[in-house]
Amino acid sequence: MKIHEYQAKELFRKYNVPTPEGGVSDSVAGVKDIAAELGLPVAVKAQIHAGGRGKGGGVKLAGTDDEVTTAADAILGMTLVTKQTGPEGRVVKKVLVEKGVGIQKELYLSIIPDRETACITIVASQDGGMDIEEVAEKSPERIIKVPVNPVTGIQGYHLRQVMFGIELEKPLMKEFSAVLRNLYNLFVDYDCSMVEINPLIVTDDNSIVALDAKMDIDSNALFRHPDVMEMHDPNEDDPTEAEAAKFGLNYINLDGNVGNMVNGAGLAMATMDIIKQAGAEPANFLDVGGGANAEMVENGFRLILSDPKVKGILINIFGGILRCDVLAQGVVQAAKKVKLSLPVVVRMEGTNVEEGRRILAESGLELINATDLADAAGKVAGIVA
Amino acid sequence: MSILVNSQTRVLVQGITGKEGQFHTQQCIKYGTQVVAGVTPGKGGQFMDEVPVFNTVREAKEKTGANASMILVPPPFAADAILEAIDAEVELVVCITEGIPVMDMLKVKNYLAVKNSRLIGPNCPGIITPGECKIGIMPGPIHTPGGPVGVVSRSGTLTYEVVHQLTEVGLGQTTCIGIGGDPVNGTGFLDCLHAFNEDPETEAVVMVGEIGGNAEEQASAWIKENMKKPVVGFIAGVTAPPGRRMGHAGAIVSGGQGTAAAKIKAMQGCGLHVCENLGSLGKLCKEVF
Repeated sequence: MKIHEYQAKELFRKYNVPTPEGGVSDSVAGVKDIAAELGLPVAVKAQIHAGGRGKGGGVKLAGTDDEVTTAADAILGMTLVTKQTGPEGRVVKKVLVEKGVGIQKELYLSIIPDRETACITIVASQDGGMDIEEVAEKSPERIIKVPVNPVTGIQGYHLRQVMFGIELEKPLMKEFSAVLRNLYNLFVDYDCSMVEINPLIVTDDNSIVALDAKMDIDSNALFRHPDVMEMHDPNEDDPTEAEAAKFGLNYINLDGNVGNMVNGAGLAMATMDIIKQAGAEPANFLDVGGGANAEMVENGFRLILSDPKVKGILINIFGGILRCDVLAQGVVQAAKKVKLSLPVVVRMEGTNVEEGRRILAESGLELINATDLADAAGKVAGIVA
Repeated sequence: MSILVNSQTRVLVQGITGKEGQFHTQQCIKYGTQVVAGVTPGKGGQFMDEVPVFNTVREAKEKTGANASMILVPPPFAADAILEAIDAEVELVVCITEGIPVMDMLKVKNYLAVKNSRLIGPNCPGIITPGECKIGIMPGPIHTPGGPVGVVSRSGTLTYEVVHQLTEVGLGQTTCIGIGGDPVNGTGFLDCLHAFNEDPETEAVVMVGEIGGNAEEQASAWIKENMKKPVVGFIAGVTAPPGRRMGHAGAIVSGGQGTAAAKIKAMQGCGLHVCENLGSLGKLCKEVF
């Protein structure tokens, strides 16, 4: 789960990772108050869960009272489009107002888990302030990666590898060490899947300050972080995907017109692929779980039908422990309940499949039976073509 | 022959008295698996059907000679359960649980590195040697005993689909392993391929991957150098949009890494028979094997 910059910085302060002084507000008047308290100049920063805010006009510097008002006015309520938001952008509801700081140097620092080595990897660069993927492409030697074994935790040599690696000046090392150690502890304590500071700056008076903050927290670990759960911002959720999550379904909206409902994530992906191979485009990814029941199928139908692009539906269920006849009854009940109006191709396989097919055939619904996966994809592609 | 589990395997179930634990234990017993013990802290001395329940894994192992464990406990307690099994030196630990925090799994993985246990999963359907031993939640009847095909996969129901197609075209299976869809897991493709390579009854292997990470690329490179048997490969997620987690925690294309296209290319370059259309996997296997 991603959190906002201002929320991440609250956690930074708790862990003694220095940030600029600031406050958050959802109104122009509030922004003016905060700016007056901090003293000018200030930075006004849109709070949305996407990078590239500066380029999209979501971050402005203000040196006068008028500029503060203009910046707050422009950013609050704007639809901010960045390369990470997609073309529809995101409406800005809150801004972070921060005291301006003099920048001497911009660094990059992030921490991520490494799936392959089972370590926690520190990534640092002396080329902060720009897109790190661009740095990785143009000058990979200027990115330092230091793996930390989670069992030993962060040691002095890790810190030194990072600092010598980014050619940090000696007088800054003591302070940088403290910042990195604290950030590592924050990462571990809060079950992060990513913490990124870009830029981490050296100020005019030789202090280290996190000018930006990005944090992503492992959703599977939220049960032990109630304070983070409270930081969840429903404005950042796709409404349909949030609805799906409520029912325990995994739904991702896509651009095509073939709605599909599958049990199991791997099979769901493979079903999307086969729809495409048959010449159509999937409208969604929907995993109703390895043990789908009638209620889940019903909710799945509702989600798919809420997408106006959908012209046909493919249901692909591999009945294992959950028998096909039970599933077929679920599909029939759900289809009747939601008054299904679109053509539905059903491909069902597994335990008690004959009985399942009979139930579908005798349901009086216009369900199109498919014998196997290839047949199913071909039939649904034919319908939407 | 088979790999990792057979009719001699003695299984204990951690979380045996929970709803899932009870149901799947019964299914495994019905299939013929020797389930010799259960573990639920605080319920030692009780029985689940005929199976004695113990408070700790160590005690269960000592009293029953169990050499494998199936874990069906909720995610907040699952890493603890895995570590307990590793610590008690259970040879094979199969964790079905989905949703274990990554930080917990990082610790488990590092502990595994210095111990002798093998972990399968988490977030997986388990392992089955058809006709002999089923440790997991897969439907037994779709499998066909006797080989000659070994199956290794990152997915659950997708594996069932693959196994079903193999059975339909008359190809039986030696052992089928779901290694799980999490980013940090125990046994990987490489370990399974290695074991299948050494198993005299396994004559061919189906490897089912998906987007995210680079395990398939590494496995392909290993196959090119070492594998004596033909391998059919399939990758799910060609149409997955970048940056989105596709159900499985590990299934994500990030920063251009982990794409289906790259994996398919690696497989082709290393001499695997790539199945590009899941609908025809069984047919392809029949042709190749």
